[in-house]
Amino acid sequence: MHRGDQHLLYKIDARRGEMMKKAVFYLLLMSLVLYCSGPLLWQLITSLKPDAELTRIPPLLPENLTTIHYISIFEGHPFLRIILNSAVVASATTILSLIIGSLAAFGLAKLKIRYKALILGLFLSVSMFPPIATVSPLYIIIRSLGLRDTWWALIMTYTTFSLPLSIWILTNFFREISDEIYLAAKVDGCTSFQAFYKIILPLSAPGFFTTAILVFIFSWNEFLFALTFTSTPASRTIPVGIALFPGLHEVPWGDIAAASIVVTIPLILLVFLFQKRIIEGLTAGAVKG
Amino acid sequence: MAEIRFEGVEKRFRDVTVIKELDLTIKDGEFFTFVGPSGCGKSTLLNMIVGIETTTEGKIYFDGVAVNDLSPKERDVAMVFQSYALYPHMTVYENIAFPLRIKKMPETRIVEEVRRVALFLGLEEMLNRRPKELSGGQRQRVALGRAIIRRPKVFLMDEPLSNLDARLRVEMRAELKRLHQELKITTIYVTHDQAEALSLSERIAVLHQGKIQQCGTPLEVYLKPSNTFVAGFIGSPPMNFISYSALEYKEKDLFPTLSMEKKAREEKEGLIIGIRPEDILISPAKLDDAIEVSVSLIEPAGSFNWVDVRWDNVRVKGRSDVDADLRSGSSAFMKFSKDKVLIFNQSTGRTILREGDTSHIFQKKNMGSVPKRNE
Repeated sequence: MHRGDQHLLYKIDARRGEMMKKAVFYLLLMSLVLYCSGPLLWQLITSLKPDAELTRIPPLLPENLTTIHYISIFEGHPFLRIILNSAVVASATTILSLIIGSLAAFGLAKLKIRYKALILGLFLSVSMFPPIATVSPLYIIIRSLGLRDTWWALIMTYTTFSLPLSIWILTNFFREISDEIYLAAKVDGCTSFQAFYKIILPLSAPGFFTTAILVFIFSWNEFLFALTFTSTPASRTIPVGIALFPGLHEVPWGDIAAASIVVTIPLILLVFLFQKRIIEGLTAGAVKG
Repeated sequence: MAEIRFEGVEKRFRDVTVIKELDLTIKDGEFFTFVGPSGCGKSTLLNMIVGIETTTEGKIYFDGVAVNDLSPKERDVAMVFQSYALYPHMTVYENIAFPLRIKKMPETRIVEEVRRVALFLGLEEMLNRRPKELSGGQRQRVALGRAIIRRPKVFLMDEPLSNLDARLRVEMRAELKRLHQELKITTIYVTHDQAEALSLSERIAVLHQGKIQQCGTPLEVYLKPSNTFVAGFIGSPPMNFISYSALEYKEKDLFPTLSMEKKAREEKEGLIIGIRPEDILISPAKLDDAIEVSVSLIEPAGSFNWVDVRWDNVRVKGRSDVDADLRSGSSAFMKFSKDKVLIFNQSTGRTILREGDTSHIFQKKNMGSVPKRNE
């Protein structure tokens, strides 16, 4: 065979190998995506099925698509109120957690404090208590404060439990900002607090978005405390609201699915909206910018 | 504008003493440099002046007023950091205007002041850019602008040129000098680069292990170093040090009578001889009073060459003319003027005799040709 031809053959072989590699890569990627989004897709399909087809396996698309569940969740239940409760509780928790967390993190990252590692360790240990162990004492506290079945009961609890995470993430973000920049601000005439909000805060925006999203999702989805501290639609949040859908004789799977889809949408939108910022945030420690 | 006085200033971090017992006055309007190797405490000193770091002992005065308990803001000092420390989320304009905004100056005056500073530093074109779009030299200028816009009492610079490339460094050096000449603000400069210190300052303090080794004008420090550390640190390439006892053994005729040496011997302390490379001429031709050596390395430096030679077992660096016919391995002759020779006490490192006082060491040398070393 001509030498050039042989060369060409090798080239084709190599290219074929490349393509195989790519195919395998995408195949694996697709299966991972399917695996992760599977439950959500199942929910979506369920929410669009008429009651008669609900229990059919495999959960393929129904012959007759219906929006009846989406309508019924808003008609049969105070679902809007429940969404409002969740929105208020999650937003307030996020804001409080960011305010307190960023101030604490600023102190730990930039001010001269002794035993910083110990303090951070203590914060972390707080988040290691299993919620079920704290739920009874917390219930007693909340009851004696007269906060049972209010937004504040949840906001306070969620803020407490999300603070360790916020402080940890934000401390690391603030540490990334060079000390010289902070000192420069002080020499330029800033007080520590001015240096914090004029220089440190704007520079750690990605960290803020990351923390905000994580805290928001945590508060939005939390179930145990919400179930314990709320008793009426006045403060009931979405996970509890949905969990209470089942009646005495039937489990309205279609409604549950529809409700789940509806309340997941805001989270998905939120993440997509801030996607770029979050990625910046999550990788910030890994690569030097 | 301020005079700065240190009175018994000490700084300790736990058990480590970084600055020891410092007494010093920096004059109003002076360009003063602290120079020393890394870890000598010079940045800590600067941080204490600016008010980022507290003093463990002693007091710092600005114009006679103790500033120990004042914040950086109240001290009215400005600082240029090694990394420039520009605010990356602000434009050049906002960076320069920042100190004025903190002072709550009216907007119209801010515009005016920023214009003035930008013009002075040649930054008019880039006021709307962000720091990351600027070159190193431009960033440096912005950092300077941010510092001078307030017309501070004291201007502090922490190795401001060390992040620039060699060429730019020389340019900015001249710029800094011009800045000081025009503004006449007391400037305290910190560097590990002795060339920078020599070329910029009116006075230099050489710091080592938390202590000022010597304080004086660049010329004093260069010509009359007070000890072996200063002698070796100031000047590049560093001074040649030759142990006198090593010479004595073979050079009885060359260094026969040294009254100081006798004294030192009584004290059981040796002597060290120091000669700067730029004061030693290496030439292929035999000159009067020259010593025969063998060439081991030649480094061209443009208008002349640096030449490493072996004088018996002692390595010495000297210089030669570019066109001198020298090759490594060949023999050559080394000559230096005796009044350039410095003598130090070996155990304390202190200078014993300075330039001009050394003639009696070489008494016998003047009697005729210098004996060859290996005889």
